[in-house]
Amino acid sequence: MAFDTDPRAEPVRLSDRVYAILALPAMAFFRLFEWPLRFLQRILGIGAMPYVFLFPNLAFFGIFVITPLILSIGFSVTGGTNLFLQDRPYVGAEQYGYLLECGNHLDPTTCREDRFWRAIYNTGTFVFFQVGFMVLFSLITALILNREIRGRGFFRAVFFFPVLLSPVVVALIWKWILLRDGVLNAALVSMGLERILFFVDPTWSMFWAIFVSVWAHMGFYTLILLAGLQAIPPDLYEAAEMDGTSKERVFWRITLPLLWPNMLVVIVLALIKAVQIFDEVFVLTGGGPGTATQFIVQYIYTTGFANQVQNFGLASAASVVLGVVLFALTIVQLAVTRRKDEG
Amino acid sequence: MTMASTSSSGRPVLGFLTRRREGGQWHWTDVFTYVYLVLGVLLMFGPVVWLVLSSFKTPAGLLEFPPTLLPLGQIEVQVEGYDDPLPLFAVTMEDGTVKELAQIRRIGIMAQMVDPENPGERVSVPINTREPIREMRVATENYIDPLETFNFLRYLQNSVIVTVVATVITLLINSMAAYGLAIYDFKGRNAIMLFVIGTLMIPVTIVLVPTYLVVTQLGMVNTLWAVILPGAATPTGVFLLRQYMLTIPKDLIEAARMDKASEWTIYWRIVLPLSLPAIAVLAIFSVMWRWNDFLWPLVVLTRNEVYTLQIGLNAFQGELDVQWHYVLAMTVVTLIPVVLVFAFLQRFITTGIASSGMK
Repeated sequence: MAFDTDPRAEPVRLSDRVYAILALPAMAFFRLFEWPLRFLQRILGIGAMPYVFLFPNLAFFGIFVITPLILSIGFSVTGGTNLFLQDRPYVGAEQYGYLLECGNHLDPTTCREDRFWRAIYNTGTFVFFQVGFMVLFSLITALILNREIRGRGFFRAVFFFPVLLSPVVVALIWKWILLRDGVLNAALVSMGLERILFFVDPTWSMFWAIFVSVWAHMGFYTLILLAGLQAIPPDLYEAAEMDGTSKERVFWRITLPLLWPNMLVVIVLALIKAVQIFDEVFVLTGGGPGTATQFIVQYIYTTGFANQVQNFGLASAASVVLGVVLFALTIVQLAVTRRKDEG
Repeated sequence: MTMASTSSSGRPVLGFLTRRREGGQWHWTDVFTYVYLVLGVLLMFGPVVWLVLSSFKTPAGLLEFPPTLLPLGQIEVQVEGYDDPLPLFAVTMEDGTVKELAQIRRIGIMAQMVDPENPGERVSVPINTREPIREMRVATENYIDPLETFNFLRYLQNSVIVTVVATVITLLINSMAAYGLAIYDFKGRNAIMLFVIGTLMIPVTIVLVPTYLVVTQLGMVNTLWAVILPGAATPTGVFLLRQYMLTIPKDLIEAARMDKASEWTIYWRIVLPLSLPAIAVLAIFSVMWRWNDFLWPLVVLTRNEVYTLQIGLNAFQGELDVQWHYVLAMTVVTLIPVVLVFAFLQRFITTGIASSGMK
């Protein structure tokens, strides 16, 4: 995690009135536990109190994160359509074999489970372009918003707000624009061009999947880069101006090298998010046309839950494969963040 | 801008044209900045404005191609002898006069029209001689109808329950855990901290099936608890709050212990109020996460009456015959809380993200 600024650097305060409204029931609630916990402290001793405080959170972790994590291995080595593990026959590595077996791994049509491989290749294409454009546009936006422009606060809000929109809302906003009779096609027709059926054409569908997800999440990465830009000491720029250094040179020699740690964080975070793409694209294109915009998470969802025959084993095996990829990326992320915090 | 003097001496006309009040000169990046900002505003705001404008159009207005900007709807009239209201057109007749006629049906390039004043008489006119008569009509029924005909209010209620209950649980258990990790020195603290950071790496996408099994075993499928509980113990929250609580002076806690305050009292009377800024950030994050949550609810909520707004909206837009006038209006309603949160708490959110690198 990137704690690049001290959380207390810029103190934020809830308005007193909101605080008062929320505080009353909260205080009543906490007071309710006053006696039971005092009693607990008396019998267990103060040394046990940290465990008492940690218990609820760790119990949730145990039930909803660690247990599933272990079970997922169990699912991936058993077959059948039963959800309950004790009723599932052990099949060893069969699920993985089925998933990974290909005549030629570069050609999904030769794979036994071609949908999985198509999903992998689609995700690869998506990740490559989405992360590329995401980094490019959030960098440009951050550089521009870092300048002394009139109405900077307004412009920042404009680029940031889609981050808060739900994926369903984002997808519907754009679907409404891109439909056959949508406003974009109206614009094309009025310019004398042909209508384009965006969601019938595989390339256009992929393009809009990438475009819409960049549109929706760019503000988040812009914000990280903006924080990085503002941390660059202004005297460096002043010195460069004194020397009459050109703006281009200042960018390549000062801004970019000093921003690079933040750029790395942005790239890795964007990668981790992009590999798990599902929500917006699922609502926007439904994975179509055909399987043109079907990604790994949608493959897992469809195989495990949406299909008529719920193949939990195959879905789990695919999850484990995705998990391994994410784990590798997270290790990179931790390394990058650590280097940034130390440097 | 420092290059100004050298370049303007070589090209006096250009130098004059690009001179600015501040004394500097226009650099290409200045032009680029303003072009980018203008395009940016159009691209970021335009789609949302278009959604809101469209959501007030009647179904007939939405079908028009090319679409009109404002919610204009063709006037429809009730004509004697016809069950459905008929669309009204201004027709230029052969003798050059313009008549207001209602259209009964269209056959190829001809349209069968009827005079609303005189329903017995039908005329056939070429379609290019008629022009729809429009009026400004705000279709508020797009917003009101779904409340009655669909389960929309139920979805809204479900979403509010999930968001509020989950956020309260998250704040409580996360702040307790953070307190334990920040204030005490105990055996296994580092191991637990590492464990918390480790769970950050396990997104729901890779444990969908087994979590579904756990939730099924607990009998929570198709209840709101299935959505609320699994994500309640956020590692992000523990981490965020712990980092903040570390900055609280230890003397304060020691002093309270001297006064015989119990550990629980210290937690909620001293540490929690002092951590309010971080708690506010986590509360906003949690509300955003829960309100916008999609994949997990999609998996565990399969019955209409437990749908959240997002799932309900997705179900409507996935229907064979999409009723866009309702879908658009409901999308706007789903958007409103987020816009409110943004309008009032933007500073919290942006400082929260900038300081934690999380969302």
